[in-house]
Amino acid sequence: MSEKSTAFLRMADLPSTHLMGGGTAMCAGCGGLQALQQIYDVLGEKTVFVNAAGCMTLLSVYPFTPFRGSWLYTSMASASAGAQGVRDALDVLAGKGRLPPEEDLEVVVLAGDGSTYGMGLSATSGAIDRGLDFLYLCYDNEGYGNTGQQASAATPMGARTATDPGREGHVGFKKDIFGLWVANHPSYAATVIGAEPLDLARKIEKASRLSGPRLILALAPCPTGWRFPAEDAVEIARLAVRTGIFPLKEYVDGEVVHTKKKRPRLPVEEYLKRQGRFAHLFEPERNEPVIRGIQARVDAYWAELE
Amino acid sequence: MSRRLLTGNAAAAWGARLAEVDYVPAFPITPQTEIIETLERWIEGGEMPGRLVMLESEHSMITAAGAAAATGVRVFSATSSQGLLYAMEMLYTVAGWRAPFVLVNVSRGLSAPITLESDHNDVLAARDSGFLQIHCATCQEVLDGVLLAYRLAEHPRVRLPVLVNLDGFHLSFTREPVEIPELESVRRFLPAFDPGGIRFRASKPISQAVAVLGGGPYSYFRYEMHRAAEEAVCAWDEVASDFERELGRSAPLLDTHRMEDAEIAFFMIGSYATKAMDAIDRLRDSGMRVGLVRPRLVRPWPTEALRAALSGVRGVAVIDQNLSMGVGGILHSELAASLYGEPQAPVLSAFVGGLGGRDISADEFFEIAAVAKHAAETGHRPPPRLLYTEEELREVRKLQTIALAERHEISLGDAQPEEA
Repeated sequence: MSEKSTAFLRMADLPSTHLMGGGTAMCAGCGGLQALQQIYDVLGEKTVFVNAAGCMTLLSVYPFTPFRGSWLYTSMASASAGAQGVRDALDVLAGKGRLPPEEDLEVVVLAGDGSTYGMGLSATSGAIDRGLDFLYLCYDNEGYGNTGQQASAATPMGARTATDPGREGHVGFKKDIFGLWVANHPSYAATVIGAEPLDLARKIEKASRLSGPRLILALAPCPTGWRFPAEDAVEIARLAVRTGIFPLKEYVDGEVVHTKKKRPRLPVEEYLKRQGRFAHLFEPERNEPVIRGIQARVDAYWAELE
Repeated sequence: MSRRLLTGNAAAAWGARLAEVDYVPAFPITPQTEIIETLERWIEGGEMPGRLVMLESEHSMITAAGAAAATGVRVFSATSSQGLLYAMEMLYTVAGWRAPFVLVNVSRGLSAPITLESDHNDVLAARDSGFLQIHCATCQEVLDGVLLAYRLAEHPRVRLPVLVNLDGFHLSFTREPVEIPELESVRRFLPAFDPGGIRFRASKPISQAVAVLGGGPYSYFRYEMHRAAEEAVCAWDEVASDFERELGRSAPLLDTHRMEDAEIAFFMIGSYATKAMDAIDRLRDSGMRVGLVRPRLVRPWPTEALRAALSGVRGVAVIDQNLSMGVGGILHSELAASLYGEPQAPVLSAFVGGLGGRDISADEFFEIAAVAKHAAETGHRPPPRLLYTEEELREVRKLQTIALAERHEISLGDAQPEEA
């Protein structure tokens, strides 16, 4: 898909109002909701969101929903299998002439990192190798946010969580879920962030024109879990990109392309020191080895590309 | 109508084929696998329309089944034992979605220790899930049960998923003559699934399975499920009468054998009831007035029908092929609850047997009848019995002796210095 065929050439091309309703139960400054609102504007209402247990399960609480389209809550472990059932059923109906093409729906999994990187991985793995035609949307706030930010497989090194209260913070590394997908040659995979709306809109547009398994991984700055003021959410998201911690990229036609290469990159501590979850790395004294370790991993990632 | 020798598994597959199911999410597990292999062979060979998709677990399989039913197609699936338990979260969940479909369970004892042969702890673990349960004693009942299950599941006053249970090995791999009805008759009995407005369509957005906040709405929806399940008792009579009209076989809610003047009744579910029937015939020859009551529908629990069937009976021997640790048999507790406080309620005696495919012999049925008769005459309920023979105990002692000898040998081997 060439750049020229996009409907989103400049910021002014983005929708000025959101399709999703407001007044949801998400926290103020939720980076996941910010991304989802923009994604929904591009995908539109001919969608069924198949949800895994997480913060966004609280979007649809009887009798309200912010979606104009459809919704099915499943479980923490099996949203991708729910997508399989819905997609297969729609295909069966279409094959029998019982579903006119205009009644068809795009099946979208909506899952947090807890489900995506952990409990739901088996079901998603199966959906990928079956070549399921679905869009997988992960809002990644790097911890089990809905239960108070315990460490998940997406928690980055050094972050303090409800289950990593010590001096070092979290000792594991954030799993490369994008790499896991890409290793299995999906139709499409991309990372997005709400603070880069044009990049996001183009990627969703591209994904929606393809079929097969497609991943959209949205980093979701989380004021309550990452401990920063809600009004800083956009700034922190931008810093995630400008420090190179969260690379914006896409996988299409067998290649990973980075869509934003910010140079020079800011030091990672610009991003870290704005968040309470990393405050222990700076106060009462700097934890130089951990900060350097985080910087070294980011540098190594980008060095490999150059 | 044709009559063929079919295994219970093949009969289950025939049920799905005749129900013209649209979608079969599948996962293999012994002793169920023959069902999904049979369906796939038919679909692949063009003998049956529909789509079979292999999932990567039973948890995913039941999720896909519920999601497809919620999208408006007729769904069939099958599992067994550990698979049913692996899917347990989703059994409760899709029942709450009120997604009507049929799941065959080929019952098999649960781990640990891991084993292959049948008992009912797997299927009874799902008894509070919201799935209705039909239990089969013959291969014919398996085929019929699948068809009856779709009518119940899709009944507008019910709309709940249904488990159809057959016993692993004893039915799954045993060939019996089965009448396969004509597709036209089945279509008259079971028209195409009409999901009403509950399905996903672009022009009619719908939110299904949304969260609720607070006990008020939660209780409301759970009570609704309970009442829908209760409705299935009345719906059964309606469905069974249509079944008899179109397919020529009766399908009573309770199956009884020689209950006309029975003083003592055996109470059990599943294929071992056919062994009990044989024993009953021999006991009758010796002058003992014994009969059998076997519910085909276990969820909902047919309380009123059971009270009626057992009224006038002096003693009931409840034979449970399951064991609730620290309590005993599950059916015993449930039947006791149904009969408690009834005038002239029979005296219940409790027996647990047939775990993991263990046989219940004719001699044991004779002993069970004698114990139940004595209890009825004296009015004293005997302590619950765990069926086991001296011969079986000797066999286990032998195995234990071998195990100990092996362990001894290994420890000797460890202690020996390496030879130069």
